[in-house]
Amino acid sequence: MNSANSPLGKPLDRVDGPLKVTGKACYAAEAEVPGLLYGAVVSSSIARGRIKGIDAAAAEALPGVRLVLTHQNRPPVASYDEPYEDDDAADGSPFRPLYNDRVLYSGQPLALVVAETQALARHAASLVRIEYEVEAHQTDLQAAREQAHDAPAELPEPRGDFDSACAAAAKRVDCEYGTPVEHHNPMEPHASIVQYQPGGELLIHDKTQGVQNCQRYLEQVFDMQGKIRVLSPFVGGAFGSGLRPQYQLPLAVMAALKLKASVRVELTRQQMFTFGYRPRTFQQLKLAADGEGRLRAIEHKAIGQTSRFEDFTEHEVEWSGMLYACDNVRLGYRLAPLDVYTPLDMRAPGATIGVYALECAMDELAHEVGIDPLELRLRNYTDINGNEGKRYSSKELRACYQQGAERFGWSRRPAQPRSLRDGHQLVGMGMATGVWEAMQMPASARACLDADGRLLVTSATADIGTGTYTAMTQIAADAMGLSMAEVEFRLGDSSLPQAPLEGGSATVSSVGSAVQRACAGLRQKLLDAVQQSPASPFTGANLETVEFVDGQLRLKSGEHAVPLRDIVQVSGALEAEASVKPDEKRDAWATGTHSAVFVEVRVDEDLGTIKVSRVVSAIAAGRIVNPKTAGNQIVGGVVWGIGQALHEETLIDHRLGRYMNHNLAEYHIPVNADIPEIDVIFVEEHDEIVNDLGSKGVGEIGIVGVAAAVANAIYNATGKRVRDLPITLDKVL
Amino acid sequence: MTPFSYQRPERIDQAIALHGPQSRYIAGGTNLLDLMKENVLQPGQLIDINGLPLREIERTAEGGLRIGALVSNADLAWHPQIEQRYPLLSKAILAGASPQLRNMASTGGNLLQRTRCYYFYDTATPCNKREPGSGCSARDGRNRIHAILGASEHCAAVHPSDMCVALAALDARVHVEGTHGKRRLELVDFHRLPGDQPQQDNVLIEGELITAIELPVEGFASHCAYLKVRDRASYAFALVSVAAALEMDGDIIRRGRIALGGVAHKPWRLEEAEELLNGKRAEPECFAAAADRLLQGAQPLADNAFKIDLARRAIVRALTEAAGGTVR
Amino acid sequence: MSENSSAAGQTCTISLELNGERRELQVQPWTTLLDLLRDQLGLTGTKKGCDHGQCGACTVLLDGRRINSCLTLAVMHDGASLTTIEGLASEATLHPLQAAFVKHDAFQCGYCTPGQICSAAGLAAENRASSRDEIREHMSGNLCRCGAYPNILAAIEDALPTLRGQEGAQ
Repeated sequence: MNSANSPLGKPLDRVDGPLKVTGKACYAAEAEVPGLLYGAVVSSSIARGRIKGIDAAAAEALPGVRLVLTHQNRPPVASYDEPYEDDDAADGSPFRPLYNDRVLYSGQPLALVVAETQALARHAASLVRIEYEVEAHQTDLQAAREQAHDAPAELPEPRGDFDSACAAAAKRVDCEYGTPVEHHNPMEPHASIVQYQPGGELLIHDKTQGVQNCQRYLEQVFDMQGKIRVLSPFVGGAFGSGLRPQYQLPLAVMAALKLKASVRVELTRQQMFTFGYRPRTFQQLKLAADGEGRLRAIEHKAIGQTSRFEDFTEHEVEWSGMLYACDNVRLGYRLAPLDVYTPLDMRAPGATIGVYALECAMDELAHEVGIDPLELRLRNYTDINGNEGKRYSSKELRACYQQGAERFGWSRRPAQPRSLRDGHQLVGMGMATGVWEAMQMPASARACLDADGRLLVTSATADIGTGTYTAMTQIAADAMGLSMAEVEFRLGDSSLPQAPLEGGSATVSSVGSAVQRACAGLRQKLLDAVQQSPASPFTGANLETVEFVDGQLRLKSGEHAVPLRDIVQVSGALEAEASVKPDEKRDAWATGTHSAVFVEVRVDEDLGTIKVSRVVSAIAAGRIVNPKTAGNQIVGGVVWGIGQALHEETLIDHRLGRYMNHNLAEYHIPVNADIPEIDVIFVEEHDEIVNDLGSKGVGEIGIVGVAAAVANAIYNATGKRVRDLPITLDKVL
Repeated sequence: MTPFSYQRPERIDQAIALHGPQSRYIAGGTNLLDLMKENVLQPGQLIDINGLPLREIERTAEGGLRIGALVSNADLAWHPQIEQRYPLLSKAILAGASPQLRNMASTGGNLLQRTRCYYFYDTATPCNKREPGSGCSARDGRNRIHAILGASEHCAAVHPSDMCVALAALDARVHVEGTHGKRRLELVDFHRLPGDQPQQDNVLIEGELITAIELPVEGFASHCAYLKVRDRASYAFALVSVAAALEMDGDIIRRGRIALGGVAHKPWRLEEAEELLNGKRAEPECFAAAADRLLQGAQPLADNAFKIDLARRAIVRALTEAAGGTVR
Repeated sequence: MSENSSAAGQTCTISLELNGERRELQVQPWTTLLDLLRDQLGLTGTKKGCDHGQCGACTVLLDGRRINSCLTLAVMHDGASLTTIEGLASEATLHPLQAAFVKHDAFQCGYCTPGQICSAAGLAAENRASSRDEIREHMSGNLCRCGAYPNILAAIEDALPTLRGQEGAQ
């Protein structure tokens, strides 16, 4: 509809804001459940071996302890891999909690103590003694590089002839970049409450990015088809950590089934380091260009860590085949299995690290060629995705470069590193490009106008802080010509219409399209309803000749209008459901979001401390449904990028095979004092191909390229290239 | 947490009398409860000392200040007498932890903070400080944050306090009381080096209670600086910190003090290094000489060699800042 | 405070003025203030992010001062006054900070938000931070993994004059 009164594209306040600022938004561990019991997980202290024995006597002897659950007394679970394969499963054999006596990684859940209070459960868990048969382990990717195998990823075939093009080129860069393990660490720890119903059904409150993913997983693993409903109305951050069912969920289910009681299992912060994470990688970038900087050859080879039981793959090197014009491209991706848990998608998985390496290498190439880094990008600009050989449905990256550079004052960047100072501080400026996919998944939604004229729209999607509630309310209000206050959107309930995992920046595109389509169906039903009366002034009208505005259905000619409320008061509530798949017209096109990030850093020349002092991020992501919440997403992505560049690293002691900084005091994420003003620009981008909304999603694009821009700015400030993240002060001293 | 019994006495002598081998005093609790939740500490009894009359900040007979052990870190940092006369202490406190923690943590408790060594905190790993005789995992493990001075083969942990670094530079004293009566200790002697008994952070005897910290008259108010170098801009422990205090006569240093944090099992001071400042013109060469002397004998582990160079640079910077006049 | 011992160990009775209401409560010695609020009283607005004083999500106002409720025992606060996010404003209206957080979109997932708001209320009462850099530093005890820091800063900057005006008027 998109009339002048439409909420679409307006910077509206978050509809769930009042609940969140008053503490009334209810997260997974907070559901009020009578007779609730509390679980505490006992984690392995070794990285590999077998359980020889579990002595739970001391724990079981405590009054109020109800159960010590282990692989020996758990309820029956599926024994084949398939039931455990969730919507985001990696290739291989998924981890099965409490399945047998095998210890596959340090921190693995080996027992669950259930007691009448959380404090008692935790205390009792500390009394459980586990005897191990220890086996030699390997957790060091560097040491296991030679044992790597080709990743089961569908990489583009090499194009052109990399070797001869590289050999013939005037300028070359050949560098290796290292990235560390990072953990998602959403503020809310993963938690599940399994509410045991009188008939044996389970009503589950879980922290997840996909209620139906968890529902299916549990139905399969516990053979409980039709007996499980999963709720997740509020998620305290996830960033990918909720894409797969995490182990607290099946543990809570096991305990509930065993005890026929309701059970909560909430992980500790330390245990938030005992499942998926962003993998450690080494990436080799070879760029070759002519004397003017035109790319002649690109090779991007990555090696990442995975577990012994699954091959985790992400889109890490593909970006190097699509971001710039180049005829000779060779991509490689290998995995080294270690005695660790399987990595997991984490905000802009693959791109965050792959584009970091590419964009640092581009900066090195600019220096090699002797041209401005932005100019290098412009000389290699392309509207075609070289991997697919398809033109982008829209790509306003050039506008991102121009508007971002202007806002930032890029022209003031000193070409010579280490030439700008302010007191003790060396000042540097850097930039990078960002890119992410513009995906769409099949999704469904239902729209129901009740007899009071209030619209309820539902879909089993999630809002992990991304603003789904608000964006969907806007889309529905726009589609029906209603005010925001007249529309309610509900999500996070597996009994609602099908929705994909909330991830990959695809929710507005996927669920938003379904909401739009459901509302279109409802409009037809409303028109049909008014046409029921023989003397209806709408007789003969169709959806092309009417409009839905200001709460009314009216003829575009303006002759007649009827409030929607009046229609449903006669007809009763009306409802329409729609399922939407990506349109076939997308197939002919490449789709993506793009960004240009400009960063200023200040590096203390004596102490090495690094402060990001300014950021401009210019984004091309199609139509922005809500600039306020979308801007916040970009800001958050930039903060993540700053953390990736300067702070975040999960330290492992390879002798123990164990993460050592498993807390928020020593696993550093940025604090308020680390973050400067962040200027976000959404450039105009019109796209009629991606979906009817023309909207591409913004959850990932904000982080991509940021770490490279920071690293490049540090080079500009100091003249020092640091090629392994994070760039802590000791590396620039 | 392991269950414990709880008592809240109202008099100091009662508190001391209650104390047994399984007891711990609790004041702010910010570090003790943290460690109890990790099962690093499992006291059988907590003696809550918050009812004791230890919240005053008063002038001593000689003109210094006596700070009750229960004064919160925030109240201390923002006390007008501290801000005016001992800005070094104020700055150091405000460089540590977070506003919430500073509102909770007590002056006495700050002295008793345990190390942030990863292995000390993780009961699944060997650690001599936590479990004497089990071995030191840090020595050949992850030791970027560990000690470069005064460590032993048994322990390479560092003391995490910022406040204590300033107190060391200020020649503060610690008042303690126990079953054997009252003692007054120099702060620089309060914490100990790990040696072969890393489980002992300090010289307190079982049951002794810190009752007050005493500051001497001289606060170096016009020429001091606290410089904390860390991995993020705030809310992180020091990699290296420096408390620098100078008494100036024009551009000549009459008397200088330097204390280091983040480098050893205790705040690190060395008279010989400070003597290199006395009577000298305040300039980088003089500061560097003092820094080199202070860091003499530093022994890095695999990941923390950078701390030596960093500490040297930080000392020079802090002394330069102090010489330029306290930044208010 | 009164005590009694039972099979489950010592329990103590404490009196708290909780969000303006005097409450007599039975607690075990090891019950943290945070667990008392969340698990015993159902006041789940105060969040558990780390349980170790490293994130600030559990920030509440104890006798008007901001603290981490995860690192203190309930039994230690007999007679104290406690304000949580649920008690910051009267039922019908939002506290100026709550309104400013909504207006500036100073959150995403909302999990750190009650702690941020209580912390900001404590900051306002302390009156030690006015400039942007000071507010940033004095809000650094509250992690926001969504990265909404610039909006949190804007919200606090916006609400501070109102809050300080209110205090001046009292």
